[in-house]
Amino acid sequence: MIKVRAQISSVFHLDKCIGCHTCSISCKNIWSDRPGAEYMWWNNVETKPGTGYPTKWEDQDKYKGGWKVNDAGKLVLRATGKARAFTNIFHQPAMPSMDDYYEPFTFKYEDLFNAPAGKDQPTARPVSMVTGKTMDIEAGPNWDDDLSGSPIYASNDPNLEALSESERQAIFEIERMVFFYVPRICNHCMNPACVAACPSGALHKRGEDGIVLVNQETCRGWRHCVPACPYKKTYYNWKSGKSEKCLLCFPRLETGQAPACFHSCVGRIRYIGVLLYDATKIEEMARVPEQELVEKQREMILNPFDPKVIEAAKESGISEALLESAQRSPIYKFVKEWQIALPLHPEFRTLPMLFYVPPLLPVIGKVENGNYQPNRTTEMFGSLKDARVPISYLAKLFAAGNTKLVEASLRRLMAVRLMRRQKTVGDSADTKISEILKEAQLTHEQAEALYKLSTVASFDERFVIPPSHREQAVEMLEEPELVKRETGFGLRQPPRRGP
Amino acid sequence: MGWIKDFFTPEKRQWEEFYRNRWQHDRVVRSTHGVNCTGGCSWAIYVKNGLVTWEMQQKDYPALDKELPPYEPRGCQRGISFSWYLYSSLRVKYPYVRGALLDLWRAAKSEHGDSLSAWSSIMNDPAKRRSFQEARGKGGLRRASWNEALEITAASTVHTIQKYGPDRIIGFSPIPAMSMLSYAAGARFLQLIGGVSMSFYDWYCDLPPASPEVWGEQTDVAESADWYNSKYIAIVGSNVSMTRTPDAHFLNEVRFNGAKVVVFSPDFSQVSKLADWWIPAHAGQDGAFWMAVNHVILTEYYFNKQTAYFTDYMKKYSDAPFMVKLEEHDGELVPAKFLRAAELPEFKGVENDEWKLLVVDEKTHKLRMPVGTLGFRWQKEKGKWNLEQKDADGAAFDPALTLLGTPDTSVAWVSIADHSTGKALKRPVPVRFLEINGKKVACTTAFDLMMAQFGVARPMTGVSAVSNYEDENAPYTPAWQEKYTGVDGKAVIQFAREWASTAESTQGRCSIIIGAGANHWYHNNLLYRSAITTLIITGCVGKNGGGLNHYVGQEKLAPQAPWASLAFALDWAKPARLQNTPSFHYVHSDQWRYEDNFLESMPKASKSKAYSYAHTMDAQVQAVRNGSLPFFPQFNDSSIKIVEDATKAGAKSEQEIISGVVKRLKEKSLRFAVEDPDAEANWPRLWFIWRGNALMSSAKGHEYFLKHYLGTHNNTIGKETAKGIPKEVVWHEKAPEGKIDLVVDLNFRMDTSALYSDIILPAATWYEKDDLNTTDMHSYIHPLSAAVPPCWESKSDWDIFKAIAKRVEELAQSHLPREVQDLVATPLQHDTPAEMAQAETKSWYHGECEAIPGKTMPGFKIVTRDYHNIHKRFISFGPVARKDGMGAHGLNWAIDDIYDDMLKTHPTSEWGGNKYPSIEHAVDGANLILNMAPETNGEVCFRAFEAEEHKTGVSLTDLCDQRGARLTFDDLKSQPRRLLNSPLWTGLVTKGRAYSAYCLNVERNVPWRTLSGRQSLYLDHPGYLAFGEQLPTYKPRPTQSEVADLVQTTETGESLVLNYLTPHGKWHIHSTYSDNHRMLTLSRGGSPIWINDQDALAINLIDNDWVEAHNDHGVVVARAVVSARIPRGICMLYHATERTIGVPKSPLRDNRRAGGHNSLNRVRLKPLLMVGGYAQFTYSFNYWGPTGVNRDTYIRIRKLKGEPQW
Repeated sequence: MIKVRAQISSVFHLDKCIGCHTCSISCKNIWSDRPGAEYMWWNNVETKPGTGYPTKWEDQDKYKGGWKVNDAGKLVLRATGKARAFTNIFHQPAMPSMDDYYEPFTFKYEDLFNAPAGKDQPTARPVSMVTGKTMDIEAGPNWDDDLSGSPIYASNDPNLEALSESERQAIFEIERMVFFYVPRICNHCMNPACVAACPSGALHKRGEDGIVLVNQETCRGWRHCVPACPYKKTYYNWKSGKSEKCLLCFPRLETGQAPACFHSCVGRIRYIGVLLYDATKIEEMARVPEQELVEKQREMILNPFDPKVIEAAKESGISEALLESAQRSPIYKFVKEWQIALPLHPEFRTLPMLFYVPPLLPVIGKVENGNYQPNRTTEMFGSLKDARVPISYLAKLFAAGNTKLVEASLRRLMAVRLMRRQKTVGDSADTKISEILKEAQLTHEQAEALYKLSTVASFDERFVIPPSHREQAVEMLEEPELVKRETGFGLRQPPRRGP
Repeated sequence: MGWIKDFFTPEKRQWEEFYRNRWQHDRVVRSTHGVNCTGGCSWAIYVKNGLVTWEMQQKDYPALDKELPPYEPRGCQRGISFSWYLYSSLRVKYPYVRGALLDLWRAAKSEHGDSLSAWSSIMNDPAKRRSFQEARGKGGLRRASWNEALEITAASTVHTIQKYGPDRIIGFSPIPAMSMLSYAAGARFLQLIGGVSMSFYDWYCDLPPASPEVWGEQTDVAESADWYNSKYIAIVGSNVSMTRTPDAHFLNEVRFNGAKVVVFSPDFSQVSKLADWWIPAHAGQDGAFWMAVNHVILTEYYFNKQTAYFTDYMKKYSDAPFMVKLEEHDGELVPAKFLRAAELPEFKGVENDEWKLLVVDEKTHKLRMPVGTLGFRWQKEKGKWNLEQKDADGAAFDPALTLLGTPDTSVAWVSIADHSTGKALKRPVPVRFLEINGKKVACTTAFDLMMAQFGVARPMTGVSAVSNYEDENAPYTPAWQEKYTGVDGKAVIQFAREWASTAESTQGRCSIIIGAGANHWYHNNLLYRSAITTLIITGCVGKNGGGLNHYVGQEKLAPQAPWASLAFALDWAKPARLQNTPSFHYVHSDQWRYEDNFLESMPKASKSKAYSYAHTMDAQVQAVRNGSLPFFPQFNDSSIKIVEDATKAGAKSEQEIISGVVKRLKEKSLRFAVEDPDAEANWPRLWFIWRGNALMSSAKGHEYFLKHYLGTHNNTIGKETAKGIPKEVVWHEKAPEGKIDLVVDLNFRMDTSALYSDIILPAATWYEKDDLNTTDMHSYIHPLSAAVPPCWESKSDWDIFKAIAKRVEELAQSHLPREVQDLVATPLQHDTPAEMAQAETKSWYHGECEAIPGKTMPGFKIVTRDYHNIHKRFISFGPVARKDGMGAHGLNWAIDDIYDDMLKTHPTSEWGGNKYPSIEHAVDGANLILNMAPETNGEVCFRAFEAEEHKTGVSLTDLCDQRGARLTFDDLKSQPRRLLNSPLWTGLVTKGRAYSAYCLNVERNVPWRTLSGRQSLYLDHPGYLAFGEQLPTYKPRPTQSEVADLVQTTETGESLVLNYLTPHGKWHIHSTYSDNHRMLTLSRGGSPIWINDQDALAINLIDNDWVEAHNDHGVVVARAVVSARIPRGICMLYHATERTIGVPKSPLRDNRRAGGHNSLNRVRLKPLLMVGGYAQFTYSFNYWGPTGVNRDTYIRIRKLKGEPQW
C-alpha cells in the first residue's frame, strides 16, 4: 500500500534567471535582518561556474554533508551515523567557519555627519558587525557574482571536475565565456539530512506540506544540522543560540501567498505547487545508484489524475481541495509530465524537492586569425552540439552526471522555440517542426502548454498554493472562534487566585 | 520518518507563531522609487508598528492583451532594498549648514540684524567668502534649525536677484518623470523668480541626438511588453538584465515565442547570457558593423531583388525619394541640400517654398511637391500636413525611389567622404539636370545617394560593380568593417540576411534595444543612425515588435502638457529660462579651458566658412548668438537692470526695449555672458540641487566642478591648453576658483553632493510623500504615496520649495520692488515656425546678416516678476494657462472650462481679489495634472486629437476611445492605470495593444516633425554637409592622443593604460543604492574596477587588490575585480560611485581623498550638435543640443602602493 504525502514543491526555470538577487533581499528584509542572522542568506543566488556561498559548499570532501550508501548498502549520513553524533556531540570538523561565510560588515555612515572640519573629505569606513572595529572587506555572500575574481573562484568550481582539460580552459576564453545563475533556497528535501542529524529533534518536516523547520523552542544549538545539510541551508544564529533556516514563508503560504522570494522574482522563473509522493519509498529510492537517482525520484512522484493514487491519497488523509491543487500544480508538469526540471545535486541523496530547468545557453562563435567568427551552424537558434555550457557540467549539477537527462530537457526547450517560430514567422517547414517535436518526445499540445507556462503565465498560474485550512489546525488546540477573537494579544497569563 | 510532524502533536507546533508574528503587519501603501532607473515599478510598502519594515512588488497592473506576458512583478534588487534608507545612519534627519558658513552668518546676522545685509557682508568680503568655500566637503557640518537654513537660502536668493539678476540662480534636478511634482516644486520656484532650470537628459548623454535628427522626436520607444511582439532583437550597448531588470523577462520569454536575440557587447555582459548569438564587437565600433549590414541588405533586398514591402515602406515613410542637389566644390560633385520648391519656376511662390521638398513621380516622371513637408506644417492653410501620397494640388502619385530607369537620366560621379581614411570616394549616381537660377544642376534622389554611399553595385551604363563583400578597402562592405569591429564579415552577412528575411516575412517585426553603451560615444549620433537606417530600409519603424528601443533614462513624462505648465510656472508667465546643461558646465566649470582644437576628432568634409572654427567654445558662443542654444546668465549685466536702464533712457514699449537691447548687442556695449564666462559678473551664484547628485554622479569633470565652482580641494592636474585657440571668448590668465556663492541641497541621504553643499535640507523619501511616476518601459501612470509621514524633520520637496518661496516672499517685501520687468532670452524653438528661421546659418555678429530676434538671434521677451507674491503664485494655478490653453509639439487646445470647473470641484486659493485652483499640496498638483492631460482625461484627449486633425487634415478623434475616462490621484493609489492614446505620443494602446513608437505616424499618416515630415535618412543642414554627415556614415573613435587624458599623467612603474568605461551597474542606479547596506553586502562592499585577468597579470594585480586609476583629470582608488569576462584593453567602473563610502586617499595625488567615477573624465561636446533654427535641428529643452559624451576616456591603472590610507 502506498502512503501518499503532499509536499509543496518548486521549480526554478534557470534559463529565465537574470541573477538580480531580488529574491535574496525580499527574504532578508523579512526574515534575517537582525543581529545574529546578518550572514544568513536563506535565499541566495550563485553564479556558475563559481564557488558559491558558503564558499565551495558543494565540496562534500570538505563539508561531509548529505547521505552516502555505506559498504553494507545502507543509507547513512556522510558525516556520521546518528548514533555517533550523540557520542561526539561537540566535535564537528566539517562545520563551516566565518571564513567560509564572511564577516558581516557595515560602514561608519555617521562620520559623514559628525566629522569635524578638517583638511580632507571624510569617508565612511567599513566596520565589522561582529567586532564593531574597522576592517578590510575580503569576502561576502555573493563574492564571485558575474564571474568576479574568475581566476580564483570560477576556476575552482568543484563541478568543473566533470570537464576535460580543454573544455575547462575554453570556458575561460573570452569568446567562449559562459555563466549562468543558480538561485538557492532550502530544498525541503524528502530525505532531509539536517533533520536526521539533529540530536534534539528540533528539526522536522511538516506533515501537511513537507516544509522543513527548526523548532525555535526546542533547538539547543548543537548545530549538527549545519554540516549535515549538503546545501548549507541551515544557519546558526549566534545571538539566539539556535539554528534557523528557510521556512518557505509558511505564514505567507498559509494565507494563500507565494513565498516572498517567489513573489518578488522579477525574472518570473519560479513556480510553486503541490506534488504527491509515496513516502514508503524514500529510503529505498535514496539508495539507488547515482545515475538512477533522478528517475527514481520521478517514480516516487504520483500522478494526481490516477484513480488509484486519488483513492490512496484520500485514505492517507489528503483532502479533495489538496488533490485538486495537485492536479493544477505547475510543478507536476515540469517535473513529471514534461520531465524538464531536475534536482540540484541528486547525488547528495536527500531527495530535494526543488527542481531546476537547466539553462538553454546559446551557441557561440570563436576567434580565428584575430577575428570573431560566427557560429558554425546556420540554424536560427544554433545547435545543442555547440552548446556554450558543456552538457557534462550541467549534468554534474542536475543529474549526478547523467548527461542524457540534461540533453532531453534542453531538446524540449529548443523544440518549443522552433515550434513557436514556425507558428509566428513561418520561415521553416511544418514537417520539420513535427520531426523536431517527435525527437524531443513532446506532443504539439504539450509544447504549446510548456510555451505558455514558460512565458505568458500569470501569478495564479505560476503559483498554485493549496488551501492550508488553518481553522482545522487551530481547532486541535482551541476553538477557532476564540482564536479569532484573541489572536494578536500576545502571551496570556491566566489570572491567579490569591492565597 | 519520525521527523515528519503532522498535526497529531499540535502543541509542538505552537512555536510557529514566532515567524507568523514577524510576518504580520499593520498597513500596506502603494509607492515607487524616484530614481531615474526607468523601472517605474509599483511597490507595496509594509508598515508595522508605525515603521516601514519592508517592501514587496504590487501585482495589480491592468492586463494588456492576453497573448502578452503580464508585467508583474515589477521591481528589482535595488528597489526592494530601499526601506533600508529610511532609518539608516545615512539618513539626513535635520537641516545642516556648513560650520564655517554658519559662524560667519551668525556673526554677520548679529552685526547687521537684517538678513540680506548680513549675507551681502559675507559675499562682499572675498576672504570670508573663500574661507567657507575652501571648507566645502571637508566635514564640519552643523545641525541647524529650519528657520536658520531657510533664512540664509532666502537671503542668498534676494541678494543674487538684486546684485546680478535672477538668471544667476540655477537649479538642477534630473528626470521629472520619476517624481513629477517633486521636480516641479523647485522648477516652479525658480521660474517664478526668474531663475534657470537646467536640463538633464542631454547632460547625461541619455538623449540620442540621432532621434531628433531622424525623427524630429526627443525619444519615443516601445514599452517592454512590445519586445514580445518582436521576432528578431538586436541588443546594442544595453545590458537589459542588469539595467532593465523588471523588463528582462520579456526578452527571455520572447525567445520561447520564437524570437532570436543577438547581443553586441565587448564584454560577456549579463544580458549576453540571454543571447542566441553574442557578437563581441570592439567597444564603440558597432557603427561599422551596422554600416556593413546596410550594405548587405541594400545589395540583396534592393538591388539583387526588389522587395515590395521594403520599397513601399521607404517611399511612404522615409525621405529616400526626395530630390537632392549635387554641388560642385573644388571640382568635385558633392551631395548638397534637398531640392526646394522655391528653386523651380513651376512651384516657386507657394507659401514657405523654401521648406517644401520635391520628388519624381514614378509613372509620369514629373516633379511633384508632396504634402506633409515642413512648409505645409507652418503654412496658413491647415490640413495638408500629412503623409498621404498626394501633391499639394490633391493629385495622387507614386514617388520614384531611384532615377535609374527614368528618362533624361545620366550618370554622374559623386564624391563621398570616407572618414575612416580621410579620403574621398568616387561613386556613380543617376542624375537629372534641372535648371536652377539659370544653371544646370545635377539632382538625384536621397535613395540613389544612399546606394552610392554604401557602395552598392548598380547597373549604370559604362560603370562596373563598385565593390563586393570581400573588398576590405571599400567602405562599407562586410570585409571592410572587420578591422574596426574584430568581427568576421561572414557574421555581418548572416546577421543581415536573418534580419531582413525576418522583417520581410513579419512586415517589420525586427527591433533594436539600444542604450548607453552605444549612446555615450563621441560619434553616437552616427552609430545610432547606421542602425536606424537598417530599421528604416527594412520597414521596421512604427510597427509592433519593431523599432529602435533606446532605453537610457526615464525621460517619458506622459502627461507632459499640463505638467510643463505647472512645473515651469507657465500658468503665470512665459517663457521659462531653460538651459542645456552640457553647454552650461562645459563653459562655466571652465572645462573648455582644458581643451584645444577639436578637429581631429571631428573630421570635416568641406571647408565651409560657417563651420571653420577650431575650438568647441567658438561653436558654443556662436550658437548662443544666433539663437541655436540658450545660455544663462544671458548678459554681462542683470536682465532686470537692462530693462530699467532702457526705460530710463526713454524706451516705452517692449518692442522699443528689445530694439535697444539688439542695438547694444550689435555695438558690443552689452555682451552675452557666454563671451566672457570667467568675468565675475557672469558667474552662476546660487545653486539648488534636489532629487539628484549634481556634484558627483551628474558631474562630468567632477574635479573641475570642485575647483572652479566650489573652490575647494581637487585632484586635477590637467593643464589649460585653450589659450589662443578660441577666438570668440575672453581669456583670463587665471581661471576663477569658487564661482558659486551658495549650494543648497535637498536630500534624504548624505551623498557626495550633500557632503559638499553649504546647506542640506532633509527631504522626505519616496515612501513619505505623494507624487506621480511614468516611464517609457510601460504604459501606466502610478503614484508615490506616503506610507509614513516624513521622518524626523524632513519635508517633501514640494513643501520645502514652498517654504523657501514663503521666505523669499517675506524678504522681498522690504528688499525688492513688487513688480519687476525681466528680459528673458530664448533660443529658436522646435515645434514653432522658428523651425524655418535659418535656411543658411549666418552670423549677425560678424556682419553676415541682420540681427533679428527670433530669427538670426535669440528671441526676447519681457516678463513681469511679482516678487511680493512668489509664494502665493507658487500655490495657485495661474490665469495664463486658462487664457492660453495647453499643448505641446505645436498643438494647442482650450482648457478654460476645465479650469473653471476646478474652481468648483477642487481646492482653491484666494488672494488679491482672485480665485485660483489651489496647488498648495503636491496631491492638488497631481490631481490638476491628471485632470488636464490628454493621457489621463478622455475629454482632453479628444480635444488634443481634434487639434491634431485640424493640423494634419486626417481623421484621428476615433483614437480617443475612452472619452469618459477621468483619472484621479486616489484612483492611482488603488491601482496603476493605463495611459490613453494621445497625439503627443506616437504609440497606440487601444484594447490592450502594446505601445510601440511611431505606429500613429505609420497607421494614421501623421508626419514626423522633420523637414520632410518623413523619417530622415538624409540630413541636409549646412552643418551636416560641412561635416560630411548628411548620409549615414562611419567616423572613427577619437584616439587616445586626441582626447589627451594622459598628457600630465606619466608612467608610474607597473601600470597599464586602459579605455575607461562606466556602464550602469548591478547594485545601484546612478549612485543611489550604492551606499545601501544590502547592495554593499551583495557586491564587494564598494564600487570596484573590473579588469581582464591577463591585463591584471601584466601589472601584478590579484583579485580584490586596491588600485589607483588616474589621469589628468583626477584619481580613483578602488578595489580591483579581476575577471575573464572583461576583454583586454578596457576597464569598467560601474556608474556611479560615491566618494563617501570607503574611499581611501591617493598617494599619487598628495595623499588626498580619492574621487569618484566622474573624477576621471572631462566633458567634450560635439559642435555639430549646436546647430539650430532649421527644421528638426531646432532647440528644445532636453531634446536637442550637444550631449555629455564620456566613453572616449583613457586612464592609467596601477596597484596601490602600501596599505590604503584613510
